[in-house]
Amino acid sequence: MRPGKLLLTGAHRGAILVYVVFALFPLFWLLKVSVTPNDLLYSEGVRMWPSRTTFEHFDFVIAHSAFPTFFKNSLIVSGATAIVVTILASLSGYALSRFSFKAKYWIVALMLITQMFPLVMLVAPIFRMLSPLGLTNSLTGLVIVYSAFNVPFATFLMQSFFDGIPKDLEEAAMIDGATQFVAFRQIILPLTLPGIAATLGFVFTAAWSELLFALMLISGNDAATFPVGLLTFVSKFSVDFGQMMAAGVLALIPACLFFLLIQRYLVQGLTAGAVKG
Amino acid sequence: MASIDIESVRKSYGPFPVLHGVDLTIKDGEFIVLVGPSGCGKSTLLRMIAGLEEVTSGEIRISGNRVNDLAPKDRDIAMVFQSYALYPHMSVADNMSYSLRLRKTAKEKIASAVGAAATKLGLDPLLERRPKALSGGQRQRVAMGRAIVRQPKAFLFDEPLSNLDARLREQMRAEIKKLHADLKATSIYVTHDQIEAMTLADRIVAMHGGIVQQVGSPLELYDTPANLFVAGFIGSPGMNFLEGRYVVSAEGDGKGASEGAGIRLSDGTVVPVARRTDIQPDAAVTLGIRPEHVVISDTGMLEASVDLVEPTGFGIILHLSLHGLPFKIFTLDRDALSAGPKVRVDFPRKYLHVFDEKGDRAD
Ligand SMILES: Nc1ncnc2c1ncn2[C@@H]1O[C@H](COP(=O)(O)OP(=O)(O)OP(=O)(O)O)[C@@H](O)[C@H]1O
Ligand SMILES: [Mg+2]
Repeated sequence: MRPGKLLLTGAHRGAILVYVVFALFPLFWLLKVSVTPNDLLYSEGVRMWPSRTTFEHFDFVIAHSAFPTFFKNSLIVSGATAIVVTILASLSGYALSRFSFKAKYWIVALMLITQMFPLVMLVAPIFRMLSPLGLTNSLTGLVIVYSAFNVPFATFLMQSFFDGIPKDLEEAAMIDGATQFVAFRQIILPLTLPGIAATLGFVFTAAWSELLFALMLISGNDAATFPVGLLTFVSKFSVDFGQMMAAGVLALIPACLFFLLIQRYLVQGLTAGAVKG
Repeated sequence: MASIDIESVRKSYGPFPVLHGVDLTIKDGEFIVLVGPSGCGKSTLLRMIAGLEEVTSGEIRISGNRVNDLAPKDRDIAMVFQSYALYPHMSVADNMSYSLRLRKTAKEKIASAVGAAATKLGLDPLLERRPKALSGGQRQRVAMGRAIVRQPKAFLFDEPLSNLDARLREQMRAEIKKLHADLKATSIYVTHDQIEAMTLADRIVAMHGGIVQQVGSPLELYDTPANLFVAGFIGSPGMNFLEGRYVVSAEGDGKGASEGAGIRLSDGTVVPVARRTDIQPDAAVTLGIRPEHVVISDTGMLEASVDLVEPTGFGIILHLSLHGLPFKIFTLDRDALSAGPKVRVDFPRKYLHVFDEKGDRAD
């Protein structure tokens, strides 16, 4: 390698490294505070790692707080939302990608409009709608609200994945004897697995970290999700940083596991070899 | 196996007409080749027969049954796409057997049908591979295999060989011809390639601007093109055209006054032609002659200047200017390589084509 090129490669790697450090530093800080004993939290100044570490915060959060309930609720809400949204979005995304129909333009416009309003504006009307139906203070209500908010974006996401799959494939399947739906299920869906994984992951994390509606629609600990639960560590006079961070670290685990699970679909280019390469 | 009837079929995309009334009767077992310039509606016609596009008006019948409103799956035809459209998540064997599996064919039957097709196409060692692990030529074969495993009523091909290199194309062309001789299935084949059209077709359908220009055997289209479009489209290098006026006089070529008809070119030269009955004297006409029919001779009646000499190996293409217009000659005579700045040419009368003002053939 020529020295100029070497320098360029070095600079490139360096830039990536700086970015990664920048992005991961808050997570590191989360971890650091979660293992710092309370008495050292303010007394040691700014240090990269406390002189003594402890797991007492984790112990407290798991054994003596309502956190496991929050955790379970969040898992149910996020999982259900992700599945519901992905199913709806693959069907609607496929329709937008493959069919031309009269109201298509207006449906797309309408979906874009729903994305334009700040969510805060919608809290009161949604509360008014859900409360007579008995859907406030319930996980089902949250799943419905989250699904409604995520379907438009997920639809566009799925549409772009379907757009990337040549139309020839399902036409070939239809000539081979499949109906359009069978062609969709047996030929197109398997090829869209990366898109489905991306949509699942995107919606799951969005629902997992949603605070505003969870806070407004849920009162009491029974149906609270974990972002709401985190607020219980904030009392009138102090914030229990250690326990809060420990809960935060625990909350990262399912999201990490989830992405580990789907990452092989995210990186796989399944359509390779479909048409002339 | 089936006949296909296409009756005043039209197609518009919204307000844009693409096909303006196509009529075509395809006999059982016939091999039809559709040719025409890009955008003339060949693929559209093929896809309408397959059921992938709706018919705006007119009727398509397969074995005498109207299929306008049948879904592709109910028409029992097979299609080979230009892109091959192999299912990337299935092995070669699964790609080929998909249509049979959809029809709930018995396992043993599927295995024997796939086996037979694979042997015919030399795909036996590749059956377990995925399409992405195949070369272009192998993918092409799999696409063919997928079409032949079930015996469909008809085969449709949309430029199936255009993604292959020249050598492979030649080889596959021969294989398709053999396959057709073997299966005797009704086939419709779209291509841009002159040689494919000439060698494969029982009949060629030449299309232009959504209208069928001529239907006939390859040699019919070559020898007696119905109009200027077909004359210019079939054959490579393409036919030469010269503008002139049809004259009937005693001058003739001096060999017989009874045949005293000719075309007077812009410089006054009269090129003798056989007498035509369907044009009036002094009408504006176009004279056509294929490059391979022009004769170079020292006593030729026209003089042309040589612009370019192109040896193709097989023969030589001379690019000339005749009255300032481009004009081509194709000859096997190696002496043409050293042609001077000027050559004299003659037009043998039996190879001349005359087209009237509207561009239609005049006989
Ligand atoms: N979905 C569509 N909407 C509007 N016009 C279309 C559509 N599909 C095709 N066309 C038009 O129809 C005409 C015929 O297209 P077609 O694909 O049949 O041409 P073709 O003869 O197969 O050309 P090529 O040799 O380039 O494949 C073209 O002018 C094209 O622009
Ligand atoms: Mg085409």
